[in-house]
Amino acid sequence: MGGVLRKLGALAINGVWRLGFITRFFWMILLYSGQSFTRLHLTIRELYFSGVMSLLIILVSGLFVGLVLGLQGYETLQRYGASDSLGTLVALSLVRELGPVVAGLLFASRAGSAVTAEIGLMKVTEQLKAMDMMAVSPIARVVAPRFWGGVISMPLLAALFSAMGVFGGWLIGVVAIGVDDGAFWAQMQAAVDFRYDVINGVIKSCVFGVAVALIAVFEGYDCVPTAEGVSRAITRTVVSSALAILALDFVMTSFMFRG
Amino acid sequence: MSRTTLDLWVGVFVAMGIAALFFLAIKVGSVSGSDIKSPYTLTARFDNIGGLKVRAPVKVAGVLVGRVSEIRYDNERFQAEVVFTVDGRYKFPTDTFANILTSGLLGEQYLGLDPGGEEKVLAPGDVIKKTQSAVVLEKLISQFMFSKAAEGETAPAK
Amino acid sequence: MDESLCYNHRPALQQNLMSEPLVRLENVRFAYGERAILRDISLSIPRGKVVAIMGGSGCGKTTLLRLIGGQEKARSGRVLVDGQDVARLGRDDLYAMRRRMGMLFQFGALFTDMSVFDNVAFPLREHTQLSPELINDLVLMKLHAVGLRGAARLMPAELSGGMARRVALARTIALDPMLLMYDEPFTGLDPISLGVIGQLIRRLNDALGASSVIVTHDIQESLQIVDYIYFISEGRVVAEGTPDDIRNTSDPFVHQFVHAEADGPVPFHYPAGDYATALTGGAA
Ligand SMILES: Nc1ncnc2c1ncn2[C@@H]1O[C@H](COP(=O)(O)OP(=O)(O)O)[C@@H](O)[C@H]1O
Ligand SMILES: [Mg+2]
Repeated sequence: MGGVLRKLGALAINGVWRLGFITRFFWMILLYSGQSFTRLHLTIRELYFSGVMSLLIILVSGLFVGLVLGLQGYETLQRYGASDSLGTLVALSLVRELGPVVAGLLFASRAGSAVTAEIGLMKVTEQLKAMDMMAVSPIARVVAPRFWGGVISMPLLAALFSAMGVFGGWLIGVVAIGVDDGAFWAQMQAAVDFRYDVINGVIKSCVFGVAVALIAVFEGYDCVPTAEGVSRAITRTVVSSALAILALDFVMTSFMFRG
Repeated sequence: MSRTTLDLWVGVFVAMGIAALFFLAIKVGSVSGSDIKSPYTLTARFDNIGGLKVRAPVKVAGVLVGRVSEIRYDNERFQAEVVFTVDGRYKFPTDTFANILTSGLLGEQYLGLDPGGEEKVLAPGDVIKKTQSAVVLEKLISQFMFSKAAEGETAPAK
Repeated sequence: MDESLCYNHRPALQQNLMSEPLVRLENVRFAYGERAILRDISLSIPRGKVVAIMGGSGCGKTTLLRLIGGQEKARSGRVLVDGQDVARLGRDDLYAMRRRMGMLFQFGALFTDMSVFDNVAFPLREHTQLSPELINDLVLMKLHAVGLRGAARLMPAELSGGMARRVALARTIALDPMLLMYDEPFTGLDPISLGVIGQLIRRLNDALGASSVIVTHDIQESLQIVDYIYFISEGRVVAEGTPDDIRNTSDPFVHQFVHAEADGPVPFHYPAGDYATALTGGAA
């Protein structure tokens, strides 16, 4: 019993420590972000690796999620004779929740883990130390561009996911099942508000982007410089990102969409 | 990979992402919230607003003319005060009637306005005095039960 | 004591600086956490010379280079490079100093996502405003100096260990540093590459007018190219001298090192409890 408590205590202290580290690290990144924008090609390269390389999985997943939403939504709605509201259901669930959250989870496992692995391996092979010895700050040159690449990619990917999902819902609802095309779009437009729903969704995805990118670069930079250390860091990136996304989503939803 | 192909791909990606955002803004959503032109606010007091929420639609003859912007409780009159914003293009007579209605049987509640016949129109910040509260299902049912019970009591005496 | 005095007599300072060694460690103590690695080290690296620092694996040689480069700070004592206390420099001054230092890491530490050419061009692109044509010429010159001009388009993964280290060497000298630090440049090389690297280190030092520190446990190769040798054991300098001194010394430590004997002042075993008790204790 005492042992369990002690472990819990150690875990809590460790957690607070890491939170402190990660906050300090965040400030360092912001402080050293100048180069990421004055030498834009550094960031563009990272946009390619975290954005373009995630495109396929995001588009395909978005389509499938939309297809499922269309099928399930129609099943339920038609019991109440409300199948015209299918567009509303699909669009609202995607724009408010599923788009940012699922795209964020996919992004963490596709791009976040790759960033952690890359930075971790650079640490193992002493590339970061070598860079530091060459009077080039690894935070400015390696970490910050990857961070901004992730932060910029995330909202774009979430928007693509939602758009693809709506298209999937339309495919199932209108093309396959035969819901009225006009009703599908009109009901959707009447219920989905740009400022209230779309912008809040975009804000969510931006916050997730910052969280995932920060966790990914931090875990890579902070990893124990061995093969095992890197693999643990990658696991931590995926797990912590998923938890962070879900927790932040809850907090933001309760602020944004109440009343 | 050369820098130009990389730039090209990233350009395509960003363009696609922005296109998706536009699609969400225009085709999926409607820019209704910000579409209200030169808005002005009016207030209406109700004994009971039922399930009316902030951002609920304000409709006249079924046409959306504005949205509820604030709901508060007036501690002196013991009434609910509903502040709503309407489009400056629309004017309403001073004897306009405000109702809290429900779209469909189980749909969301909204504020319905019934224009009266007065010449003068409501100015920004005015208060609508003639209101009808929301229909609360429990009250409706209990009224019905009481009247039934009352009938049952009076019937034998007849 | 007399710093203010020196500034009032600039010629004297100038004189002083030229005879002053480029790097000087004074009673340096260092520990990772509780574990003392360097206990009391004093040594100096004169300008224009190649100095070797020797000792067994794990005796703190790499740590010593990190102290000189300012990546770690001494617990006590001072590390002076070109007259400045490295531990006291702010970030910008430290980076300014590192631009004049080159460190060859034990495993090269080439940037794996860049070609050989871009690796060597990296310091030039980061720290100079030179035109791409000029950078191209400089990089090819540096690569030519290590004999790998033909490998400019290869990626680090396509290089052998010896080639990778030569590329790293080219990158290290890209900015013509005043101080070159080599961390175990000879390990894992075949005898030919080993000789090539050794000669390169000597030639580059003389051509650049730089000073060099080689950290190594390869005594035979070092004896041929260096000017002075320090031996470190258990966190202290235990022997020092010119290569001739070392060859003729009767010091038991140096003798063990030079002749690769298992028994001597350097224990083969990491400190541990009594062997017999450990075994029987485990059985009981
Ligand atoms: N970052 C570190 N944290 C803790 N201990 C370290 C660290 N780096 C090295 N050590 C320990 O310090 C000792 C000296 O290391 P090092 O200077 O790399 O030795 P050498 O280069 O002479 O082989 C080793 O025993 C090593 O385990
Ligand atoms: Mg070492």
